[in-house]
Amino acid sequence: MSKMHVKMNVNGAEVEGLAEPRTLLIHFLREQLSLTGPHIGCETSHCGACTVDLNGKSVKSCTVFVAQSNGAEVTTIEGIANADGTLHALQEAFREHHGLQCGFCTPGMITRAYRLLQENPNPSEEEIRYGISGNLCRCTGYQNIVKAIRAAADELNATREAAQ
Amino acid sequence: MNAEVASVEERKQNLKGMGTARRRVEDARFVQGKGNYVDDIKLPGMLFGDFVRSPYAHARIKSVNKEAALAVPGVKAVLTADDLKPVNLAWMPTLAGDVQMVLADGKVLFQGQEVAFVVADDRYAASDAAELVEVEYEELPVLVDPFKAMDPDAPVLREDLEGKTEGAHGPRRHHNHIFTWEVGDQDGTERALADAEIVAKEKITYQRVHPCPLETAGCVASMDKVNGHLTLWGTFQAPHAVRTVASLISTIPEHKIRVISPDIGGGFGNKVGVYPGYICSVVASIVLGVPVKWIEDRIENLQSTAFARDYHMTGEISATRDGRITGLKCHVLADHGGFDACADPTKFPAGFFNICTGSYDIPVAHVSVDGVYTNKAPGGVAYRCSFRVTEASYFIERMMDVLARKLEMDPAELRIKNFIKKEQFPYTSALGWEYDSGDYHTAMEKALETVKYKALRDEQKANREAFARGETRSLMGVGVGFFTEIVGAGPIKNCDILGLGMFDSCEIRVHPTGSAIARLGTISQGQGHATTFAQILASEIGIPADQITVEEGDTDTAPYGLGTYGSRSTPVAGAATAMAGRKIKAKAQMIAAWLLEVHDDDVEFDVDRFVVKGAPERFKTMAEVAFAAYNNVPPGLEPGLEAVSYYDPPNMTYPFGAYVCVVDIDVDTGVTDIRRFYALDDCGTRINPMIIEGQVHGGLTEALAIAMGQEISYDEMGNVKGASLMDFFLPTAVETPVWETDFTVTPSPHHPIGAKGVGESPNVGGVSAFSNAVNDAFAHLGLTHTQMPHDHWRVWKTAERLGITA
Ligand code: FES
Ligand code: FES
Ligand code: FES
Repeated sequence: MSKMHVKMNVNGAEVEGLAEPRTLLIHFLREQLSLTGPHIGCETSHCGACTVDLNGKSVKSCTVFVAQSNGAEVTTIEGIANADGTLHALQEAFREHHGLQCGFCTPGMITRAYRLLQENPNPSEEEIRYGISGNLCRCTGYQNIVKAIRAAADELNATREAAQ
Repeated sequence: MNAEVASVEERKQNLKGMGTARRRVEDARFVQGKGNYVDDIKLPGMLFGDFVRSPYAHARIKSVNKEAALAVPGVKAVLTADDLKPVNLAWMPTLAGDVQMVLADGKVLFQGQEVAFVVADDRYAASDAAELVEVEYEELPVLVDPFKAMDPDAPVLREDLEGKTEGAHGPRRHHNHIFTWEVGDQDGTERALADAEIVAKEKITYQRVHPCPLETAGCVASMDKVNGHLTLWGTFQAPHAVRTVASLISTIPEHKIRVISPDIGGGFGNKVGVYPGYICSVVASIVLGVPVKWIEDRIENLQSTAFARDYHMTGEISATRDGRITGLKCHVLADHGGFDACADPTKFPAGFFNICTGSYDIPVAHVSVDGVYTNKAPGGVAYRCSFRVTEASYFIERMMDVLARKLEMDPAELRIKNFIKKEQFPYTSALGWEYDSGDYHTAMEKALETVKYKALRDEQKANREAFARGETRSLMGVGVGFFTEIVGAGPIKNCDILGLGMFDSCEIRVHPTGSAIARLGTISQGQGHATTFAQILASEIGIPADQITVEEGDTDTAPYGLGTYGSRSTPVAGAATAMAGRKIKAKAQMIAAWLLEVHDDDVEFDVDRFVVKGAPERFKTMAEVAFAAYNNVPPGLEPGLEAVSYYDPPNMTYPFGAYVCVVDIDVDTGVTDIRRFYALDDCGTRINPMIIEGQVHGGLTEALAIAMGQEISYDEMGNVKGASLMDFFLPTAVETPVWETDFTVTPSPHHPIGAKGVGESPNVGGVSAFSNAVNDAFAHLGLTHTQMPHDHWRVWKTAERLGITA
């Protein structure tokens, strides 16, 4: 199958490559760009392990062709840490509150939560649960994930207020 | 910290040893997307393999035409059984003593069975080509119902076993019969049932489910043709066993095989076995001389890779009129699918199902299990379970409720009345297990008090009256479950897999500067071994956990061990860790005494140092001793500070717990709301409370999934219904309730640190608590038992059958 020239901005850097148009975005990220943070748990858009941020929306990258993401702005778990290299409040909170076990869902989960907290900086527990319902975790039972996201929201809000 | 002035408490805290809610050392890489799972591995020249799978459940293969597939650009090879025969790999041994086709040899026995393996430059080409392999099938009559498997005219599934009247586990009496396994006193049990004042009987099915870890199974095989070394990375819960099996079947000498389990995205029993994809990747790498990767997709995983349960149990339990149990009988029809690929210790074809007398002092019991072949995927793995304990626990906990209904007794009261008493431990059960320790009454009392059980029953009474008056359409159910697990397989005298004793191991090296590395024969799949094993060691040898690296999963470096499943890591490898630590400590004591110029017996260990008895100001810290081990040891002692322990446990451990679940069921929709779930676990000594709690949350969520929705079912043609995440129920954060956890501590008397293991308890105990709650909601209407999973449809059907729907 003939290949197309793809360009996108991934984690703040302009990248390009050749790929069959049918290539799934997750495969392009993982195999061509070696960004193996986002994972593949189903390839049927149910599990959310492949979640990335695409033009400011949470997207399951197993459900997007690379042709559709040409020119897009993409953030993966690899691009979530703070500019100074320290961990993002969510990454810290997941560690602190034992929000992960095998770690397979974690990149997708944190990437989703990253967008969720921009959509709703002060979510209730229920809103968090609905907000991450596209992301499955087989290990944690979610309780500590919810706790971690809530703690990160507090942390981010406090930092924001302090800055104002 | 100043070693001279720090208090004992400060020094203990500094170690982050046992009992500390230590943050996990694994997490730093995972939260940054820097884990290294098998699909993240990329080697130069690596090819990708994909399977052609059978659309039929039972068919003869007339021909396979590879031509069109081979013509696809990038395709390097298409393997079929005929290609595997010259190297003797068309079939492979299963862990249960059976054999299984690697690629369909003449016929297929289940839908989704591996027929051909396509190898290409990338996964797209492999998948395109797989579509183009032309396989001509001739359909055969399909056997789906296990109850018909042993009918005289049932289709012959395993032609390779024709005429074989002896199987791996004794005589076979039918062409679809695998084994019969019996334990207990049959005559005594029959007598107890015949003489009983009350007998309750029930048919209880534990449906076919699937562990479904978020990461599917896969591997990368790399044969180095120059030096004849094979390296195999994969999702292996038992890397050493994989190495030995690989050597035995490939004839590559074992020292030339290196098996590596990288990070594993959850296992839950799904990654214990050896699967055709592993073998095909190895063969393809040998043939093509380059690395070959195989990663199954989710649908393949659910369809073909290691289901769990599928136990059809018929039980009879007898009691006196006042509720004292006098006997228990159980017959199981076990549906193993097309090949017997159970992952049980070899001498236990039905695992530890004979733990089914549960937590109760039952004087006499008898169990028999018939294993049969059907046209379904092979498996029978322990899904977050220690070898059929989940089935056993579900069975007895449902039977207890069924009996309670018949006796018109409160189910909690019936349990309390029959519990094995604290002073009876060590307790030998009627089916032959020696329970190490327990205090069931205390655990149950604590549970009932915390949930205010009496008030719940009062509320339920009021709810039922209100329902009868038409004031509500919701029914309340209270499920009480109590479980005893049997984990930590196991003593070599009765536990082996393919002849490999189920010990486990730990090797420790203490470095001159007082840090250390410990390597184990187990492999974490999310349990946090790198965190907790360091904690055990910190407490044992006085080196801070933060200065101890724990490494697992590489057979070239780790000592031999049987891996991680059946909650065996803490009971077995955790014990090995403590024992290896004690060897280190013994040598360190000699060095410390030498440095302090006193006799060995005149120093004693104190948190992180050796002190002169009676003169605590004279001491050598473990770090000082470590350095001396490399330059100043007593005469006659070898330098260095290393130890290894292979631990053969004297017995299993028996964690237990009391769970209470409260549900509200909307009878017009069948929607079941989990109002409350309380779980009290006693796993003996607690190493890291944070991790224990996380394990309980996760196990309960898997129990919720099984009880309330999971099922791998088949239509009459043998088509798998719903083997995708569209249909197979994995709860999201929305369906998952908030879990309340609690604990008591009854250490194991025979384990070096008293720990029992916890990873599977919540799954073992959770399923029956959910199911009991759903059944309980309808109990006043005469319902004694309804089959899992309790999805909305089934619950609504139950309500409809009872005539209470709108
Ligand atoms: S999923 Fe329905 S048409 Fe593609
Ligand atoms: S892999 Fe994309 S949603 Fe599961
Ligand atoms: S931590 Fe394993 S799937 Fe979420």
